[in-house]
Amino acid sequence: MKLASMNLHIKNGRVIDPANGIDGVSDLFIADGKVLAIGAAPAGYTADLSIDATGLIVSPGFVDLSARLREPGYEYKATLESEMQAAMQGGVTSLVCPPDTDPVLDEPGLVEMLKHRAKTLNQAHVHPLGALTVGLKGQALTEMAELTEAGCIGFSHAEVPIEDTTVLLRAMQYAKTFEYTVWLRPQDAHIGRGGIAHAGPLASRLGLSGVPVMSETIALHTIFELMRATGARVHLCRMSSAAGLELVRAAKREGLPVTCDVGAHHIHMTDADIGFFDSNARVTPPFRSQRDRDAIRAGLLDGTVDAMCSDHTPVDDDEKLLPFGEASPGATGLELLLSLALKWADDYAAGQHAAGASPLARAVASITSDAARVAGLDSGTLSVGSVADVCLFDPAARWTVQASALASQGKHTPFIGYELSGQVQATIVAGHVAYQRAVAPR
Amino acid sequence: MTTMLNPQLNKHGELQHLLTIEGLPKSIVNHILDTASSFVGISDRDVKKVPLMRGKSVFNLFFENSTRTRTTFEIASKRLSADVINLNIQASSASKGESLLDTIDNLSAMHADMFVVRHAQSGAPYLIAKHLIDTRQAHVHVVNAGDGRHAHPTQGLLDMYTIRHYKKDFTNLTVAIVGDILHSRVARSDIHALTTLGVPEVRAIGPHTLLPGGLEQMGVRTFTNMDEGLKGVDVIIMLRLQNERMSGALLPSAQEYFKSYGLTPERLALAKPDAIVMHPGPMNRGVEIDSAVADGPQAVILPQVTFGIAVRMAVMSILAGTQG
Repeated sequence: MKLASMNLHIKNGRVIDPANGIDGVSDLFIADGKVLAIGAAPAGYTADLSIDATGLIVSPGFVDLSARLREPGYEYKATLESEMQAAMQGGVTSLVCPPDTDPVLDEPGLVEMLKHRAKTLNQAHVHPLGALTVGLKGQALTEMAELTEAGCIGFSHAEVPIEDTTVLLRAMQYAKTFEYTVWLRPQDAHIGRGGIAHAGPLASRLGLSGVPVMSETIALHTIFELMRATGARVHLCRMSSAAGLELVRAAKREGLPVTCDVGAHHIHMTDADIGFFDSNARVTPPFRSQRDRDAIRAGLLDGTVDAMCSDHTPVDDDEKLLPFGEASPGATGLELLLSLALKWADDYAAGQHAAGASPLARAVASITSDAARVAGLDSGTLSVGSVADVCLFDPAARWTVQASALASQGKHTPFIGYELSGQVQATIVAGHVAYQRAVAPR
Repeated sequence: MTTMLNPQLNKHGELQHLLTIEGLPKSIVNHILDTASSFVGISDRDVKKVPLMRGKSVFNLFFENSTRTRTTFEIASKRLSADVINLNIQASSASKGESLLDTIDNLSAMHADMFVVRHAQSGAPYLIAKHLIDTRQAHVHVVNAGDGRHAHPTQGLLDMYTIRHYKKDFTNLTVAIVGDILHSRVARSDIHALTTLGVPEVRAIGPHTLLPGGLEQMGVRTFTNMDEGLKGVDVIIMLRLQNERMSGALLPSAQEYFKSYGLTPERLALAKPDAIVMHPGPMNRGVEIDSAVADGPQAVILPQVTFGIAVRMAVMSILAGTQG
């Protein structure tokens, strides 16, 4: 099959394209790797391949704001091949990867190599975040302009807090100079350091050291103050608390150029899911109280939360089969992103009488158009002329989360054993069918 | 989903492992205490042995230093006629990089019947218990001998035995636990045991830096003023203050701590006249407790140690009698 040159006709699917307010059964026509038309075939169009999407939803391919591919440096946890395959099975056609690899993504050569490796696989588009400081050490700024030229779409400090606020100030000033976005997970460098669970009654009972909500809110106050001083644009990663989201809501009202995302697991889980020290529920930031979880759900509906991401973090068995406090944090997520978004729409948003868009459309937007907007990408839409990244999924198909069902080398998730709805039937990247489910739906 | 419903009970509701007192039925707690009282007399006999665990192998797995607890488990095992193997893991495999579960598999292959586990990480004994279930070794039992800040169930049980011995009835008592509740697994196990046995008022006394959040949800009333907290109590459980807490951001100094929270004869006088004073040991005289109290008529600290052996014999013999 010659790539990106065939005419592809997707028939009879329910096309949801939140960016253009489209939601209805229609046909999608693709040519030269781009969306050619929605609805009637353009004159003279002949399809090389037709896919019958009856009963399926046809949406833009998903844009995941955080997926760790573990290359370079952590190939024993996962490889680019395994994780890119997981992305395809999860319908993710664009993914943003944080710089906490080994070595850290702080040099243009490393970024170019990663982009090149990803490109030869011809699957999802990989958009690296460069390290904000050299080696993520929080001291010297990286060559942001060079890194951008190499393909970085923004700059992040991953999971490492910046201890010296002066360095953060300088980094934001410098980023503002070139209008780069700074991606930060709000966490105080000291409060909650070494903590492994939400500081609350459960952590007290289980004797686990806690990460208080104020670790997030103190950092947010600092970040917003620095934004006021510098004018830099900031994207906040993995919001975890009700109080934190309230601060983001106020900052947005104030007009600060800020966006935020949440991890898909955090929309559903609370600290109670740790149960009897289940290391699958060891994640950063930690799962918080039910009140926090409900605020995340509400924030997603009212737009305070711009996007949800998989926060895909493959961890191998040896690092999880340890006492809770010694286990590596993180959960596999690329292949759960769609199902967890749909679960939010089914469980929560449907009961909240959302004004305007349907819960399903909002769920899709949060992993397509809104995520692309946050990352500054022109993907996440089926607009005529845009790159044909498309996902075909059956929203009703049930599947059980188990190691054997996952292509990712990361098999650990607190959802193991859950039955979820939503299965990707085909993933199209730049007009070529990069993944198609072997078995016909139902 | 992969977690167990209640990993310490088998499908018949019998004690399979002893991991925590939280969630244990009152009947099981009482059964352990009743069994312990039948063992108390054995230590006074010429032949201090019963054959209940003859031919069984007990592995003491201490991933964290302990002399006292390890010794009492060793004595209890020997009085039950079990073979005891002490492993000081820090000095052996763990330092060579062997994982916790690899160590367990190796020892299981040596036909262990029971693991007595102490570990610095909260929840480590759960990981072992779950692994034994996953690898179909349900006949092997786990006793938590202290995990991180989480639980020290045999200490909690011996404290209950001591209280029952002196006070007979739990349902009219006020019990105060004093000191470093934040880092104390003993405090957590005592709180769960006391509430399970129906103690109407459990108090925690300490400065805000040593009181964890969420104590109210565990059924505990908190006090920062020691004099207020001791008023009218029947039982005082003093906690050991670890050396590393005595200077730094939690407490300024041992002297100031003693001034505010040390148990002196004057403070003891605020409690009921027949109040008993307990301590899990080892004591820091002059830091958390005045020698006049520690050696005084109301202290029951040495009987606690004696009862501890009987309680550990009870736990081990009950577990050994449970089929996997």
